[in-house]
Amino acid sequence: MVSEPKRITFLRHAVLLLFVAISVYPALNVLSISLRPGDQLKTTDLSIIPDNWTFDSYIALFTEQPFLRWLANSLLVSFAVTVTGVALAAMGGYALSRFRFVGRQALMLSILTTQMFPATMLLLPLYILVAKLNLMNTFLGLLVFYVSTALPFCVWQMKGFYDTISPSLEEAARVDGCSRMVAFRRVILPLAAPGLVITALFSFMTAWSEYIVAAQVLQDRDMFTLPLGVKSFQASMSTQWGLYAAAAILVSVPVVIVFIVLSKYLVSGMTVGAVKE
Amino acid sequence: MATVSFRNVNKVYPDGFHAVHDLNLEVKEGEFLVLVGPSGCGKSTTLRMLAGLEEISSGEIAIEDRVVNAIEPGDRDIAMVFQNYALYPHMSVRENLAFGLKMRRTPKQEIAERTAEVASTLGIESLLDRRPRELSGGQRQRVALGRAIVRQPKVFLFDEPLSNLDAKLRVQMRAEIASLHHRLKTTMVYVTHDQVEAMTLGERIVIMNHGRIQQAAAPLELYRRPANRFVAGFIGSPPMNFLRGTLKDSMFQSEGMSIQLANVSNEALSHEGNVWLGFRAEDLVLNSDGPSLPEVELEVVEQMGHESIGYFTLLGERHSIRLPATSEVNPGSRIVPRLRPAGWHLFADDEEGCRFARENETAQV
Repeated sequence: MVSEPKRITFLRHAVLLLFVAISVYPALNVLSISLRPGDQLKTTDLSIIPDNWTFDSYIALFTEQPFLRWLANSLLVSFAVTVTGVALAAMGGYALSRFRFVGRQALMLSILTTQMFPATMLLLPLYILVAKLNLMNTFLGLLVFYVSTALPFCVWQMKGFYDTISPSLEEAARVDGCSRMVAFRRVILPLAAPGLVITALFSFMTAWSEYIVAAQVLQDRDMFTLPLGVKSFQASMSTQWGLYAAAAILVSVPVVIVFIVLSKYLVSGMTVGAVKE
Repeated sequence: MATVSFRNVNKVYPDGFHAVHDLNLEVKEGEFLVLVGPSGCGKSTTLRMLAGLEEISSGEIAIEDRVVNAIEPGDRDIAMVFQNYALYPHMSVRENLAFGLKMRRTPKQEIAERTAEVASTLGIESLLDRRPRELSGGQRQRVALGRAIVRQPKVFLFDEPLSNLDAKLRVQMRAEIASLHHRLKTTMVYVTHDQVEAMTLGERIVIMNHGRIQQAAAPLELYRRPANRFVAGFIGSPPMNFLRGTLKDSMFQSEGMSIQLANVSNEALSHEGNVWLGFRAEDLVLNSDGPSLPEVELEVVEQMGHESIGYFTLLGERHSIRLPATSEVNPGSRIVPRLRPAGWHLFADDEEGCRFARENETAQV
């Protein structure tokens, strides 16, 4: 192989660095603001760690604001959405992948069609639905909202994943003495782990960072999820940028943790060696 | 060990495809039965119905006098080896072997003993802690076999287990399966599309086509007395040669060519309409006083070492002749093939293509 000219290598790295800077700059800026003392919030100083940096904003979040409450709310809603979404998608996708029933094709198409509408367009009908179910200002209302918007993608995702697992594995399990359900649980689900992880991440993210729907459904400040809480620092007269920035940093921490924990399952080739086609 | 009975079994798929027609078959206790046929002939469907993986449209299947139509695959006391091995990839070889026993709540001690015993039988002790992805094709197939054996089922089912292996390994595993049957003496039902596999393994072979049994008989019986033209053409390599023509007083005639046959049965003589004359490559010889075919030119000669197979065209069809290794023929050689006296078969030229037995046939076989 001929090594490429140094000029090209240099250019390539320069372009990559530019984009890294573009994507990292806002996050660093937020970090920087969250560490500034109250009187320097709008300084144009470029240092990432400001002079006389302080954790005041963080401390204020936990002591003066119901931040922990919002965190708990968000975690509750997100985990509920994740568990419900994964459970339903795992079984729904399996049914669509393995069983041939009347209306299967139509069902799959209609699930896909819902994905073609922008989520904001579904806001009004879903709002009316939640209102009529008397679920306004409840986490259950939010759950219904989130699960129903995340599920179509998740079901397709899982169906696609099951399609790559040879049906003869279940058949072997059934001959080995499993019922259909046990074969699904003991053989197919473990193999679908990467698909489940992607589905879980997607469901979690759908709920964790969602703002618009939450703003319609939740009204009590005590019920707020994190995005709503963070937004509440922005009032019509003034915005508490220090709190805002500190909260933004803290909001992203659980997501990073979830990613790190789940990433080891995001390995390809789980089913290598199972069957030979 | 158990018998297996198919009684008027039909399989019709929701799209209307009639995969298996009114199948009646008895598998004897301890028998090695091979289902063979071209793809789409219904052999795999038949096996899968026996396994319980495919519903039966009508009729009944019984394993040892127990009708199993509505019984789950796991409760039929069968074990199955799949074409693509179907090993559980997230389990080690040991766990793969033990899975079926675990599902049946076999005591741990017994599982360990039986797993170890099977592993040593198949020579896979050193692989027990590996995952399927770390095994070669042959090793995987061995594990798949082990997973079936360890269960000690009443009936073994094989669904084209060797078709994913390379030629050399296939021959080796074939011998292993044969010796396995010899040792275990368990009833085995084996599906393949490979007639060589069928001939070498089967105590009895069932040839299927279009969802129907064409003939069920011992390998040599099939070879020597095929029930119809399909069976005659399917069994044997190279396949049987055929000529289409008419029969007049024991004289086969076709486009200016006539061959005098001896011992033609009355049934054949009284048959109205065309017939097919079939003869195998080894039924053609160069030096004999049998009835001769026209002079032909050899187009291809395949040297097999112990013999050669020559190919020539007669009446627009490719035919084959088996020649001794010593015969000095080359592509382009002109030869006059002769038919061995009892080396021919006559078939009716109709849809079923039934064979007319020769006059003195039973005495010969």
